[in-house]
Amino acid sequence: MCCIGMIRSSGDGQVNSSSVWFAFGIDECQYRHMSIQEVELVIIGSGPAGYTAAVYAARAGLEPVVLAGSVTAGGALMTTTEVENFPGFVDGVQGPELMESMRAQAERFGARILLEDAIRVDLDGPIKIVETGGGETIHARAVILTMGSAYRKLGLPEEDRLTGHGLSWCATCDGFFFREQEIVVVGGGDSAMEEALFLTRFASKVTVVHRREEFRASKIMAQRVLDHPKIDVAWNSEVAGIIGAEKVHAVALRDTVTGAERELSATGVFVAIGHDPRSELVTGIIDTDADGYVLVEHPSTRTNLPGVFAAGDLVDHTYRQAITAAGTGCAAAQDAQHYLSALDESTTFELETEEVFA
Amino acid sequence: MRSPASVTDATFQTEVLDADLPVVVDIWATWCGPCKQIAPLLEQLAVEYDGRIKIVKLDADQNPAAVVAAGVTSIPTLSFYKNGVRNDILIGAHPKTVITEKMEALLA
Repeated sequence: MCCIGMIRSSGDGQVNSSSVWFAFGIDECQYRHMSIQEVELVIIGSGPAGYTAAVYAARAGLEPVVLAGSVTAGGALMTTTEVENFPGFVDGVQGPELMESMRAQAERFGARILLEDAIRVDLDGPIKIVETGGGETIHARAVILTMGSAYRKLGLPEEDRLTGHGLSWCATCDGFFFREQEIVVVGGGDSAMEEALFLTRFASKVTVVHRREEFRASKIMAQRVLDHPKIDVAWNSEVAGIIGAEKVHAVALRDTVTGAERELSATGVFVAIGHDPRSELVTGIIDTDADGYVLVEHPSTRTNLPGVFAAGDLVDHTYRQAITAAGTGCAAAQDAQHYLSALDESTTFELETEEVFA
Repeated sequence: MRSPASVTDATFQTEVLDADLPVVVDIWATWCGPCKQIAPLLEQLAVEYDGRIKIVKLDADQNPAAVVAAGVTSIPTLSFYKNGVRNDILIGAHPKTVITEKMEALLA
């Protein structure tokens, strides 16, 4: 399959009915660098917010295009193990499995999922322009932003050098390589608890390093960590440095109360100190707050630009759960749908008015 | 479509080190989410570079010798080989442009 030109069905006969767009076999297509697709709605991102928006928008007949990311499809849940608190899964569900189901559900109703990154956007006018890493240009009447968040780094100079040489952001990916070794997990939230517990499968000992004297995590997760025989906690401690030339062999801890420093030997360091919104794509284009979260007119998902909506962790300082992301993704799809039908009504009205007064 | 073939500890020498073409080794495992995320991209690249660069997969779980030899503690890791020597390494899931840049360097 390659670049099959398709004439959009005339549908309900509204203004977009004559637009032409192309369906891709994204792997084989030779002409993609010169193609422009015209669509109703583009969704950028493919976590719970993006895929839920896609399910709703597809069911509303909007045939959304989802830019799922060339290597980030499925979003942050792809690196988790068991999700125990997504309603409806009595025995829990594996993160990747949940995301695979959401994707399949969106596709079932006609969403088109492209494994492409959005690399540039122009969101000002009535036609939103999105350029992809594969060289495609998409013109859409509405856009939903659901780029989610990325792991927060420690901010240490040795961080990049030691990443992949003992320093990791993904326990499920890399825990395996630290069998019978001593591991440090940095952080005090649910993600840190989950990583620490998961790593006990491999490590001889896990030390959770946390800046305060109490975890931020949910009670059930914190208690599991505190009760675990293989896990120690270094309270009131922050990582002052990671020690190792070729690979990690220790961390330098600083006491947040006294300032005293000490060394803790460890061959693996897993960082789970939170996330930052992945809003680089729209910086300076869409209003964000000082931390980079996209601002919306709560309780709607409208941003400061008409026809541009945002949902999920890209917006959410507070809750940051799969289910809240999915919830706002649903809201964004409905907001986009209302926006598009209002546009159609006003355009139809204008056309009729023109005919009457012509 | 041509999917990347699998190599093992036993076939690493012949399939990677003694290969006529430059080789990209994708070190992955079944339990690694980001590895699954980059898999479609590697399949795509295997087609685009067919006949010029070979892309193969190595299951970290099943092939400890190659993993230890490569000093890998994070996956996905892509190792770039030319004439039996590792030229470069890319740790983590990176966008297509970053991977193709390193593949082009193998051809230079």
